[in-house]
Amino acid sequence: MNIRRVLLYLLLIFTLAAPNTIYAVLPSEMLDDPVLEERAREISKNLRCLVCQNQNIDESDAPLAADLRILVRERLVAGDSNEEVLDYIVARYGEFVLLNPRIGLHTILLWISMPLFFISGAVFLFFLAKKQKKLKASNEIILTEEEQAILERLKKDSD
Amino acid sequence: MLIELGHYALILTFSIALIQSVLGLIYWRKDNRIAEFVRLAAIWQFFLTLFSFLALIYAFVVSDFSLSLAYQHSYSLQPLIYKITGTWGNHEGSILLWILTLTLFNAAVAIFGKNLPTQLRTLVLSMQGVMVVAFAGFSIFTSNPFARLSPAPFEGTDLNPILQDIGLALHPPLLYLGYVGFSVCFSFAIAALISGKIDAVWARWVRPWTIISWIFLTLGNVMGSYWAYYELGWGGWWFWDPVENSSFMPWLVGTALLHSAIVMEKRNALKIWTIFLAIMTFSLSLLGAFLVRSGILTSVHAFASDPTRGLVLLALLGFFIGVAFTLFALRAPSLRAGGLFAPISREGSLVLNNLFLATATAAVLVGTLYPLFLDALTGERISVGAPFFDLTFSILMVPLLIILPFGAFLSWKRADLIAVTQRLMGAAMLALLITIIIFMLTGRRISLAPLGIYLGFWVSFGAIADLIFRSKFGKIPFRESIKRLFRLPKHIWSTALAHLGVGLTVIGVVTVSAWESENITTMQVGQNAELAGYNIKFTVAEERKGPNYITEHFEFDVTGKNGKTKKAVSEKRVYVASSMPTTEAAILTYGLSQLYITVGDLDVDGARVVRIWFKPYILLIWFGPLLMAGAGFLSLSDRKARIGIPKLAKNRLSRNKKVKAS
Repeated sequence: MNIRRVLLYLLLIFTLAAPNTIYAVLPSEMLDDPVLEERAREISKNLRCLVCQNQNIDESDAPLAADLRILVRERLVAGDSNEEVLDYIVARYGEFVLLNPRIGLHTILLWISMPLFFISGAVFLFFLAKKQKKLKASNEIILTEEEQAILERLKKDSD
Repeated sequence: MLIELGHYALILTFSIALIQSVLGLIYWRKDNRIAEFVRLAAIWQFFLTLFSFLALIYAFVVSDFSLSLAYQHSYSLQPLIYKITGTWGNHEGSILLWILTLTLFNAAVAIFGKNLPTQLRTLVLSMQGVMVVAFAGFSIFTSNPFARLSPAPFEGTDLNPILQDIGLALHPPLLYLGYVGFSVCFSFAIAALISGKIDAVWARWVRPWTIISWIFLTLGNVMGSYWAYYELGWGGWWFWDPVENSSFMPWLVGTALLHSAIVMEKRNALKIWTIFLAIMTFSLSLLGAFLVRSGILTSVHAFASDPTRGLVLLALLGFFIGVAFTLFALRAPSLRAGGLFAPISREGSLVLNNLFLATATAAVLVGTLYPLFLDALTGERISVGAPFFDLTFSILMVPLLIILPFGAFLSWKRADLIAVTQRLMGAAMLALLITIIIFMLTGRRISLAPLGIYLGFWVSFGAIADLIFRSKFGKIPFRESIKRLFRLPKHIWSTALAHLGVGLTVIGVVTVSAWESENITTMQVGQNAELAGYNIKFTVAEERKGPNYITEHFEFDVTGKNGKTKKAVSEKRVYVASSMPTTEAAILTYGLSQLYITVGDLDVDGARVVRIWFKPYILLIWFGPLLMAGAGFLSLSDRKARIGIPKLAKNRLSRNKKVKAS
């Protein structure tokens, strides 16, 4: 399994807890084979409508989006795998068309920034906690017996 | 004439703010007369800006098209409400609304801040004055709303039809109250850095402003989401659009600030971090304003604007952020660390909350800006869209939701995790039971939706468990517990309600994402369609005329599971002046679920393409945040968060004196 497959798998898992997608696909475009149609919808959700504002082609009413939807279905009928369909579209329209950017040298910062941020934050907090512990140890006040007795009495009262 | 007076009032606001901020920032330490001037200047600015804004509204209401702005964004046949809201449905007018909101907050600080330490108040108001100078200057010099046209045209060119909706009356003002409210927190942070005084008074003051701003930002975002849902016509409620992101980031950081400010007020810890968050929240609000108005984004929200404005805004953004972080770098190291706490404690859990929220913000920020930077640096164009954000955001939210219920149960300083877990066991089990029952009853296929649903219930029940535990149900007589429950401090209630809101939102998001069903079909009048147990009959299709549009009017009779029939109306409008089309969806509410119908173009054989969705429990998505905002109001009304505390103490003192005297 390559990294991309793993991420796609993760994506499948987590999109369940995330915003849904609604369809502007037309009845006349739909494929008769429900399995192929389902795959076409899945692919369409990851493709950007090139002439609209941040919409995927499945939701868009633009003619260009309709062309892309038909193209996706043609490739599927021709027997392409999902990955091959995406490759085909990217080869024609550029990577701009993918809503989920591919992992590569140019997107490595994008993909690792979140884990990096989280890990460095966590490490920072870990050392902060350690420092606090030390500070606390050095600040520990040793009570006299008398004070200890008062403390015990106060504790009892508050219970 | 009124327009010129309005223009003049805006220039006066600018001038007064200029004098106020210069004098205030130089003499904040010394002179009490200057302190009083700075205070009064803030109040004057508000009334002047209000006058100038009302003058603008008046020109729109009477359709005075000699005002260039009214010509561009209004139309004489428009309904009155849209004439009024059209005032801020454009770049220039919305900047004036921004200034009005800013001066409103400043006046509020000036009026309610009488018992603030004078130096702190003067510093805060002077900083706010700098902002008024910046934005009023921006408005006057680059985006003047009062520009005239000569000769005056007879008719306007209409407001963008998508904006002709009640949503425009609520969404921008609420959002601005949120954005701009955080400027007060920002100025408090700057004042603290300049004066070097960060104490309990400071924290007590910042919290209510944080809560107020956060409430409005929450409401503004919810309103925006629901508006997009019913108006844009494809039933989505969140698109990870760059502009949505830029209003979501301040909300995320603001939420973090809300929580860290609690730690600071209660325990005098996390001072530096709280200041950092206060700066970040407003900086991200400014970044949002820049992104929307600079024209570098393509989005539903982007105002058409020229690069000069973008550059000026970028300069303002750079100035405020630059000053803030320079000050921060200079002064933060000298701040004394506050109260200590063990990792397992209320403070510890709030720090974790902040870590997750800050990381989520960073992820959204990077995702939003990455394509811009990549394009600028290498010329490569990529898109970062919903699939990317869904993935990164969900990964962060799952652990946050898991730890959330623990937070409210942990005690300050040092807590016993095992004891807390025992107390939460009931909530965890109940959530598990309900999740299993739901999935057994509905026979859903195996997926990860149960995890999402479970998390939603877990957070909801965890919040309720907090209330139950604190009112000692089962430990003392039932009636006593009920009494205790209603006497619990308001901040306990507001914590529980806000967290319940989070849980309900999660449940709504998951149910809609996992179980939404759709039926895309072609229908002739008289035909029926089925979806999720509802029968939808297409009854009417005809042309009608609205005040400033013509519309294709469609009616459906929807028969629900209980046999009752409701009428649903959907429209396809074309606005006369702009010849722009809009789609009005038919939405029927059944409990918390909705049926959403839109009608498309004529198909080849004369039938209509009809799209029908059933969205189970979708209302929870908006009901949750409304509950959070309500919890915010409740928390504000808590005596503990109120600013008048010193007064109360005085009263008590005088009462004591009386007792002694008698």
